[in-house]
Amino acid sequence: MAGDLVSTLADLKEKEALGIVQDRLSAGDDPLSILDDARRALEIVGKRFADSEYFIPDLVYSGEILKGITDMVKPKLAKAAEVKRLGKVVMGTVAGDIHDIGKDIVVFMLDVSGYEVYDLGVDVPAQKFVEKIKESGAPIVGLSGFLALAFDSMKETVEAIKAAGLRDKVKVMIGGGQMSEEIRKYTGADAYGKDAMAGVTLAQKWVGAK
Amino acid sequence: METRVSSPAKEVIIGDGQPTVLIGERINPAGKKKLAEALKAGNLEIVCREALAQAQAGADILDVSVGTFGVDEVTLLPQVVQAVMDTVDIPLCLDSANPEALEAALKVYKGKPLINSVTGEGHSLAKVLPLVKEYGAVVIGLVQDEEGIPKDSERRVAIAHKIVQRAEAAGIAREDIIIDCLASAVGADTSSGLAVIEAIRKIKAELGVNLTLGASNVSFGLPDRDLLNNAFVVMAVVAGVTCLIVDVAKVRPIILAADLVLASDKRARRYIEAYRQHHKQ
Repeated sequence: MAGDLVSTLADLKEKEALGIVQDRLSAGDDPLSILDDARRALEIVGKRFADSEYFIPDLVYSGEILKGITDMVKPKLAKAAEVKRLGKVVMGTVAGDIHDIGKDIVVFMLDVSGYEVYDLGVDVPAQKFVEKIKESGAPIVGLSGFLALAFDSMKETVEAIKAAGLRDKVKVMIGGGQMSEEIRKYTGADAYGKDAMAGVTLAQKWVGAK
Repeated sequence: METRVSSPAKEVIIGDGQPTVLIGERINPAGKKKLAEALKAGNLEIVCREALAQAQAGADILDVSVGTFGVDEVTLLPQVVQAVMDTVDIPLCLDSANPEALEAALKVYKGKPLINSVTGEGHSLAKVLPLVKEYGAVVIGLVQDEEGIPKDSERRVAIAHKIVQRAEAAGIAREDIIIDCLASAVGADTSSGLAVIEAIRKIKAELGVNLTLGASNVSFGLPDRDLLNNAFVVMAVVAGVTCLIVDVAKVRPIILAADLVLASDKRARRYIEAYRQHHKQ
């Protein structure tokens, strides 16, 4: 009988995890329950990262194993049976800044926590945030940045959202190496998260989850 | 190729066959809350303490950066540079992304400083290079451009060529250009360390310039950071880096060992002297 996918994947045992998925698919197990186990496993990975038990390469690796699993499961998945998401989040590193690691970690944590994340990448102009908010209807926006010049870009992005008449439709959070409550005030954002878990907590608060 | 940087009291020579020059990175408020608060309040006591501690730890040059939220760099950078010059007698590396702040600091500096930095971006080259020429400074060129920090070695090399070409066209001698290949975090991309080492080798071979590296970023997000930093700086020096921007107290012992092995420490004077100092305490 297949072993426990949640603990095997959380322990980053790639071969064993993919083997379990293969066995469960062959046994006619529900593909959605496999994906749900995988999501729970990555939640554990995220917790271990927050506890400094896991490190960035562990996150990257867990993401790669997950991709292997979804590639196996997808063909068996009925089109209509899309995984239910908690809410949408638009994320990006603001204009002029090219730091991606912190932003990628937040995207990862939000994703495994059940959010649909639109990752706009790095050096994202304010207008691109505005367009994506309009297009997706996402109620949450995450602005990332590390450089001192990101403070002004964040402020300009919040102002652009306001100018587009969207300010009362979205909650904006900021994060990054040098961010603080003082900078949060300067930018006009709604909240500042000191790490990736804080970002998830804010998102949960804002969509009223848990 | 020999690059000379100076203060009124000291000249530091960066080049092959010379001991690796260590530039102290600690006068920088990024990630240092206490220092950032003190700078905002105009209190330069911590700065002077850091300057002294780094000089005593064996720093050859000190990097001076005041870039943080709520600080007017144009006013503050020259003040801090003056305070550091009054505290220690080694040359300084004036560090800002703001060309006006750099110029204000250049006006008060006595000697031939390092400027940190120019990038391969058009606006940076256009504003910083004339300052380097006018004040007779040495400039650090970062291999990033409008598209960001390259992932591979080829683009790093291409941007280094561009910076050297533009600097020489602006009348700056090649020995007054130092290239920084920009270490990226190996935790996020485990092939990025090798790309940096390859870029160092190629730039050294193709351009012959001196090279530096802000090395600590390599270990971002990983455990036992000092271990990784030490491994990385040694490889960087073997590949051709001649000066390093680092936490000197932490990195100097491994660099003294590397310099000795690489024949840059004749009769092991520096290595043994550091040992004696260490065991006297």
